[in-house]
Amino acid sequence: MTKPYVSWGRYPYKEQRGMDLQWRTDVLPQEPNVLPQGNARSYGDSCMNQGGLVASTRFLRRFMQFDPATGLLQCESGVQLADIINLVEPQGWFLAATPGTKFATVGGCIANDVHGKNHHLEGTFGRHVTRFELVRTDGTRMICSPTENTGYFNATIGGLGLTGLIVWAELQLKRVPNSAINLETIKYKDLATFFELSAESEHTHEYTAAWIDCLASQEKLGRGHFLRGNHAKVTQPRVAAGKLKLSMPIDPPLSLVNSLSLRAFNTLYYNRQMQERSYATVHYDPFFYPLDFVQDWNRMYGPKGFLQYQCVVPNETSYDATREMLQRIAAANSGSFLVVLKVFGDVPSPGLLSFPRPGATLALDFPYQGNKTLHLFDQLDDVVVQAGGAIYPAKDAHMKADHFKLFYPNLETFTQYKDPGISSSFWRRVMEANA
Amino acid sequence: MKNWIIVGATSAIAESVCRLWATRGYKLFLVARNEGKLQQIAQDLKVRGAAQVDTFSMDANAFELHGQCFETAQKSMGKVDGIFIAHGTLPDQKACETSFNVARAEIETNALSVISLCTIAANHFEQQRQGDIAVISSVAGDRGRQSNYVYGAAKGMVSVFLQGLRNRLAKSGVHVLTIKPGFVDTPMTASIDKGGPLWASADQVAAGIVKSVDKKCNVVYLPWFWWIIMNIIRHIPEFIFKKMKL
Ligand SMILES: Cc1cc2nc3c(=O)[nH]c(=O)nc-3n(C[C@H](O)[C@H](O)[C@H](O)COP(=O)(O)OP(=O)(O)OC[C@H]3O[C@@H](n4cnc5c(N)ncnc54)[C@H](O)[C@@H]3O)c2cc1C
Ligand SMILES: NC(=O)c1ccc[n+]([C@@H]2O[C@H](COP(=O)([O-])OP(=O)(O)OC[C@H]3O[C@@H](n4cnc5c(N)ncnc54)[C@H](OP(=O)(O)O)[C@@H]3O)[C@@H](O)[C@H]2O)c1
Repeated sequence: MTKPYVSWGRYPYKEQRGMDLQWRTDVLPQEPNVLPQGNARSYGDSCMNQGGLVASTRFLRRFMQFDPATGLLQCESGVQLADIINLVEPQGWFLAATPGTKFATVGGCIANDVHGKNHHLEGTFGRHVTRFELVRTDGTRMICSPTENTGYFNATIGGLGLTGLIVWAELQLKRVPNSAINLETIKYKDLATFFELSAESEHTHEYTAAWIDCLASQEKLGRGHFLRGNHAKVTQPRVAAGKLKLSMPIDPPLSLVNSLSLRAFNTLYYNRQMQERSYATVHYDPFFYPLDFVQDWNRMYGPKGFLQYQCVVPNETSYDATREMLQRIAAANSGSFLVVLKVFGDVPSPGLLSFPRPGATLALDFPYQGNKTLHLFDQLDDVVVQAGGAIYPAKDAHMKADHFKLFYPNLETFTQYKDPGISSSFWRRVMEANA
Repeated sequence: MKNWIIVGATSAIAESVCRLWATRGYKLFLVARNEGKLQQIAQDLKVRGAAQVDTFSMDANAFELHGQCFETAQKSMGKVDGIFIAHGTLPDQKACETSFNVARAEIETNALSVISLCTIAANHFEQQRQGDIAVISSVAGDRGRQSNYVYGAAKGMVSVFLQGLRNRLAKSGVHVLTIKPGFVDTPMTASIDKGGPLWASADQVAAGIVKSVDKKCNVVYLPWFWWIIMNIIRHIPEFIFKKMKL
């Protein structure tokens, strides 16, 4: 077991004082500075509270009600997406929106208003939340929904845990004919083709995303595999889940991710598929959650940890901005195994600080290599700011205070709903750094 | 389908075990001292698929209620196939050293209440000529150490009692499982600094318990490597052991 209460990226790696909430009637601890925490699957410091306390929901993991006729599910906020899928999938239901890990909690998914491969059709996770209970540090409890305590509802979705503790939530699930996915993988040659494929798939495919070979440059820049899929038909046979599970049981003394292993991986991965197109019906697990297959994979980055960079750039500038960022990354010879590019849709979210917005989103991991990494991030930031984009707090450990204000114009409205007894390392960094 | 009584149902380990049993559609009779907590757990287990969930509020140290508890379970489920005993407390060792009353209370909770419940269940199952008795003891009961020997003594008493009970009931087709977890990340250990390879989650331990019940194991260390650790610890000669800081 890895140390509890520390964020997924393990950078900045800080010891974290934590306590566990176990019952719905529990109140937040009477301390001057508390932060709710889910399963700490956020990469950076938005789920951390250095110098303060985190109140973890990892034991607040009970279902309350599920109606298989309507797909309405009520559960405590520490319930993990995997728990939900195990319960509802056999009954013909699935999550309406899901991030790339099923080990995130419902509370964490609301507080980051997470998105998945179907954002262009279904929007964010928060769009499928029908109500929740919020408890504030002063002990006040309220039910929030699109019609009740609406201000708190909108502030809490994407609210980074800062408006209070979500005790339980009610979600509208999605009926699926078959949880398996009919997947088409297209090996494509450059960035322009990516945008063509995205536009072409927008109305025909429920799920789209691309993996990019981040070390390819010049005319090959942006090449990769475009994945698009729909749920299989009722009449198709169910696909069995793979049995093999791997784990990373030790902490290697150095990062196993370096420029050599990266080049080998990216080249091999790009070429693993010979033909241009391949079709398969796959189990939902490897499709939605490929990384969950290796438990504790974050440890492969070694003791210094790693950072993720995820941004979105608007459609008008997305080709040029993405191109520029990929060039800067290739030139720096850093980058990662998993570089994901996806085009978001325009389905609005109720969340005041929600990250997804129309445009292209690029996400990639970097082993932390000190100034080299931070310098590259500054260069990428310039592109995002120029393009009128934004950076995702759930993955962030470096965003500048003035950029945060620029990316999130509803910040002022949001602060009215913030709980004065709650703060996070992230919040202090982006609100107080230049103060 | 099986019908189980779970004593100490609000324990994190017991709750994880119940979740696994609920998905198998078992009937569960939950016993713990706090009704509010029991209701929250019962609601969850029903959603997860338990065929029936009943609750019974009782302090484990209310020995006089033990018989009634068993009878109520039998009435509401029709038949009792197994009893799983999970309640416990981690005593403040220093307080036990200064006050015998504290030590006695801890021994009552962790050992005597278990023995009382097992006695009732054993007699019932012996007549029924079938049944499972599964009890959480601890690796701490394998050898007394200065840091928590009152808890260790209580758990040791439970382990030895179960050994004898297993021996007695073998011929009646009644099965007795002694569960010895190592360090488990639960509210009981909230005040201890966690992390590192020796710590297991309640879910991991619960999966081991469910499997051991299925396989009719006698004594199980969870996770398994505690068997090796405890074998080493038990074999350190006393004249060396007494000088160690454990
Ligand atoms: C492998 C991997 C893939 C990922 N893929 C995606 C993806 O595709 N899309 C995406 O959007 N994200 C993705 N993420 C990020 C992840 O989904 C989010 O960070 C998510 O919020 C993590 O949930 P958590 O339960 O671990 O929350 P934590 O990381 O513990 O907390 C996240 C935030 O939620 C708050 N919070 C948690 N619980 C509560 C509560 N009960 N009440 C109030 N506030 C609370 C915390 O204060 C914090 O601000 C991925 C992460 C990983 C590790
Ligand atoms: N955690 C470990 O590292 C570890 C290691 C080895 C063995 N164990 C054993 O595992 C078992 C389960 O513990 P856990 O780790 O799951 O801890 P836990 O979650 O703290 O559970 C302990 C439970 O015991 C109950 N309890 C205590 N005194 C009681 C009483 N007088 N009457 C009725 N119930 C009482 C508590 O009920 P309330 O909710 O009402 O307080 C609580 O639900 C215990 O027997 C423990 O000794 C634990």
